[in-house]
Amino acid sequence: MGDLGWIFISTLLINNFVLAYFLGLCPFLGVSNKLEVSFRLGLATIFVMVVTALCAWILNTYVLIYAPYLRLISFIVVIASVVQLIEMVIKKLSPTLFRALGIFLPLITTNCAILGLAIFATNKGYGLWEGLVYALGAGMGFTLAIVLMAGIRQEVEGANEMPRLIRGFAFNLIISGILSMAFMGFAGLFSSS
Amino acid sequence: MAKEKLAYDEFMKGLWRENPVFVQVLGLCPLLAVTNSAVNGLAMGLASFFVLLGSSILVSLLKNYIPKQVRISCFIIIIATFVTVVDYSLAAAMPVIHKDLGAFIPLIVCNCLILGRMEAFASRNTLRMSVADAFGMGAGFLFALVALGAVREIFGVGELFGITLFGPNFEPWVIMILPPGGFITLGVMLLYFNWVEEKKNKIDKQLAAEDGVN
Amino acid sequence: MSEEKIEQDTGSEEPSPHRLIGTLAVAGLLSGIIIIAIYLVTFETIKENKARELRESVFRVLPDATKMQKLLLKEGKLVVSYKEEKGEEPIYAGYDDNDKFAGYAIPSDGPGFADTISVLYGYRPADRKVIGMWILASRETPGLGDKIYKDAAFVANFDDLAIDPPIVATKKGKSKPNEIDAITGATISSVAVAKIINKGNAYWVSKLPEPGNEPAYEVPAAHTASSRAVDTQAP
Repeated sequence: MGDLGWIFISTLLINNFVLAYFLGLCPFLGVSNKLEVSFRLGLATIFVMVVTALCAWILNTYVLIYAPYLRLISFIVVIASVVQLIEMVIKKLSPTLFRALGIFLPLITTNCAILGLAIFATNKGYGLWEGLVYALGAGMGFTLAIVLMAGIRQEVEGANEMPRLIRGFAFNLIISGILSMAFMGFAGLFSSS
Repeated sequence: MAKEKLAYDEFMKGLWRENPVFVQVLGLCPLLAVTNSAVNGLAMGLASFFVLLGSSILVSLLKNYIPKQVRISCFIIIIATFVTVVDYSLAAAMPVIHKDLGAFIPLIVCNCLILGRMEAFASRNTLRMSVADAFGMGAGFLFALVALGAVREIFGVGELFGITLFGPNFEPWVIMILPPGGFITLGVMLLYFNWVEEKKNKIDKQLAAEDGVN
Repeated sequence: MSEEKIEQDTGSEEPSPHRLIGTLAVAGLLSGIIIIAIYLVTFETIKENKARELRESVFRVLPDATKMQKLLLKEGKLVVSYKEEKGEEPIYAGYDDNDKFAGYAIPSDGPGFADTISVLYGYRPADRKVIGMWILASRETPGLGDKIYKDAAFVANFDDLAIDPPIVATKKGKSKPNEIDAITGATISSVAVAKIINKGNAYWVSKLPEPGNEPAYEVPAAHTASSRAVDTQAP
């Protein structure tokens, strides 16, 4: 198992951003009521994450070695502006793609999973390729989690027998807990051999 | 006198009636990530409290000078500045706790609670009310963090603030300090708050009905 | 759609772009000044904290050491370094009170049960043995996997451990000098630690100088205090 493979599997399943690190909970709990929408949000997140990893790497390599104290603020500002820029470009070039992903882009930028990705990748000292693979794994992990969640919610919320008290956030959190427990089963997947 | 009462009201609103976590369900990311012990919860709560208070004061002082179109960017810059200050101070003063909280201190920036209070309250109210609001919301968030951390630490390790609570025969529920425990504990706490709310509504209705009869 | 609406709402009293940019510039400038100020104030303390933490870990894996210095591999040779360099892969050399070489402290990492485990271990080239192990970072399961650093008996496995043939974790009770006892219920984590040390050895051992030719301890006074990335003196 190469290092890149380990990074990918580890962020996708074992250390899933949502279920093990609690990143990106707002969309995970808020937007996960429709399967279709969740999937699109997931795709948009993968895209923004890869862009973020690229930005973070460029900033870390060329700017922040001279001014490490500007890390947080420059991450936020640069990521937000780059995503905004890309949103405009997509709007011009491909209205179809914009309709599918575009509306989510500004929303995602303020998502803590994005900033978390940039900061974790920096803390782990990842290079360009490692960072990109990390972003891909994290984004796909987010998509996987939110799609699973949306599937479960669609099934359960149709049922009328559910007591009124438990509906809403309390219920979603307990489902997330069970999902998170299930994902813990992936631990040790690649270190036993 | 009346003013003081209003400020007190704002404070209590944040602490209990509109508790940012249990009622509004905001700022979950730092909340769940660091609350595997009560001490970590306390540290994260204080850090968020400081950021919220500082940003509230600054935003409410500067609200007339910030044009509407760039207000969100300005709020984020202000918040990020305070977060950086907290991050470095904590790393200097309490390296052990800083290591435990790790990457989650910078993520205070993304806490929707803080940006939400700037937009909804501090940018529209006087300094005095903003401070009261920040105190209330900050204390409410702190309360939630410590409560969650305490519950998870008691069951997951059998300790509270590092003091052993049970005899040697206690078998810790390891799941509680793992990620699933965070989700489930908060879920159960929200359930409790829902139940209290429901009960209160029932009593209110009953009282109203009795009033009607009398 | 909503965007257009917002634009219409505010369109009548829109301030000039200059004012918008100006506000952002002032905000950025002020925040920059505050951040730099706090950075300067806390810089020394944070550096000291980090150096102390590193020193404590190194002395933990090299029982005889009371001083240390950082070594970097440059053109196939280990040289003493005081600066922090980008992408550096340092190892640390420990020395006892008489400046006698006490062993290398080598960082290594690799996949564990849950997340990457970072290990620092002490290596004595004279008899090719691992003489100490310390976990720098891990997210192993509390109560099981975290015994790799909480269980003193497991850590003691590494106090006197031969490295050839490569270290093996066994469940049957160790009988050879290159074996460690795996923790019951956390075999994967135990194997992972052994593998990580083997990985470090595979990379470093061939690059180390012949035993006896280790870089000598350089007296810290030769360098100004501010240029030193790693403080080598024990407190």
